[in-house]
Amino acid sequence: MTQKRRPAPLLPPEAGRDLPLLAVCAILVFLACLAVIGAAGTWRASDAWTSQLDSEITLQVIAADGTDSEEAAEEAGRLAGGLPGVISVEVRSRAASEALLRPWLGGASLPDDFPVPRLVTLNVDPENPPLASAIETLFADAAYRVIVDDNRLWAAALSRASATVRWFAIGLAALVCAAAAAVIAFAARAALSMRRDVAEALHLVGAPDRFIVGLFQERFFLLGLKAGAAGSLLALGSAFALGEIGGTAGAIFFLPSLLPGWGAIVILPLAAFASGLVAAISARLAIVTALHKRWS
Amino acid sequence: MDQTHADTGLDLDPDAPAIRFDTVGMRYGRGPEVLSDVSFELARGSFQFLTGPSGAGKTSLLRLIYLAERPSRGLISLFGQDTSIMGRDDLPALRRRIGVVFQDFRLLSHLSVFDNVALPLRVAGQRVAGYREDIVELLNWVGLGHQVDALPATLSGGEQQRAAIARAVVSRPEILIADEPTGNVDPDMARRLLRLFVELNRLGTTVLIASHDISLIRSMKVPVLELADGRLITKTRTA
Repeated sequence: MTQKRRPAPLLPPEAGRDLPLLAVCAILVFLACLAVIGAAGTWRASDAWTSQLDSEITLQVIAADGTDSEEAAEEAGRLAGGLPGVISVEVRSRAASEALLRPWLGGASLPDDFPVPRLVTLNVDPENPPLASAIETLFADAAYRVIVDDNRLWAAALSRASATVRWFAIGLAALVCAAAAAVIAFAARAALSMRRDVAEALHLVGAPDRFIVGLFQERFFLLGLKAGAAGSLLALGSAFALGEIGGTAGAIFFLPSLLPGWGAIVILPLAAFASGLVAAISARLAIVTALHKRWS
Repeated sequence: MDQTHADTGLDLDPDAPAIRFDTVGMRYGRGPEVLSDVSFELARGSFQFLTGPSGAGKTSLLRLIYLAERPSRGLISLFGQDTSIMGRDDLPALRRRIGVVFQDFRLLSHLSVFDNVALPLRVAGQRVAGYREDIVELLNWVGLGHQVDALPATLSGGEQQRAAIARAVVSRPEILIADEPTGNVDPDMARRLLRLFVELNRLGTTVLIASHDISLIRSMKVPVLELADGRLITKTRTA
């Protein structure tokens, strides 16, 4: 016989049986990737929030009855600008203040004599900011009231909250990975049970454990790789879609953006490989244990 | 055929008998002993039959030889190596020196006849180009030349048995164990298969065949081990 002959796979193709497992693994990888993207988004948002809060102090200027709020705001801005640690000052217009009140007072124009507090934003040196007490002292004798909103007072709380969300997302990703590993280990044991005839025949013709383990390991690595590729690509697509759709709502409610950064795009294909690796390792451990239990 | 045995890496005694049982007992789980105080030796290159009524323990004895089971008591040596002190990792190398024809054939249903027969060589790390011709030649010899690519399910019982025999002998093992190897074939094919075993034996393989077939055993004029109720009642009687 001269025809070329390729050895058939020693483990029979199990396309019908592998499909549900592939789907479960792909879904788990999808969830893990979304959790990681969520964690990365929270991380970025937290950094942005805290850096902004650290470098800004807001003054609410409330003019006395019958006085010009415009003049009061301008004067407050000028005085505050002279304090050490203040880099620049931005006096917000009355329209800007009204826009902030609109969700509570409705869209109708406010009467001109309505006492709308005016806002003055101080951009400060985060390393050497002016103390809130120093600002309050500066305006102690002013003809208008100044309330200092020191954003840094709640920046720490915000930072702690975002760190909690971050660790929660990372924990969620780890849990999903562990669930995927457990599912693969279970499936590997089931596969060994189904193909006990193969394992036994191989044993009896002198195949060492590593040969048999290698067959199952290779099969589950490829399964994990396929599931990982499908799950991570789906997660990437979903993250882009959610980021685009939820962008506006996220901006209003200060939610972290799910739009993946370049880092996530590079890391996600690696998720497929990691999925294959997790599948191979958990299958290997399951098969080695089962072989030792079954054949002494 | 041009197959070589993989180096076992074991310290085997070249002068020791191929198989030695010393007061071996065996039970499955907590059940009764299926083999009791079995002691015998098979010299290297010997040809021997194993006979006895159904349930006498023939298959259990063969399972002990091809290391599918461990004895409950007693000692078993293969090539002078005490199998009770061998580690799990040493067993595959020893198994590769033993060819087995199972009573229920144990062919893998998803592999063709060719791939089933090639299994021991594949496990030993040989490449298909190195054994393709040998396997086709062997399959022609056992009358399966026209069934090279057939799946076991499409073969008759006799054809499956011949494929199982081809798999057992393909790596030219040092010990060949066969459990009722001619039970499903016609007398002509039985004689042909026995000639294959005899030929292997002439080349140095130790052959042990378990059979009920008294006429077959008598035709061979070789020593017989006879089991009854798990005990060896005749060791080297020539039928």
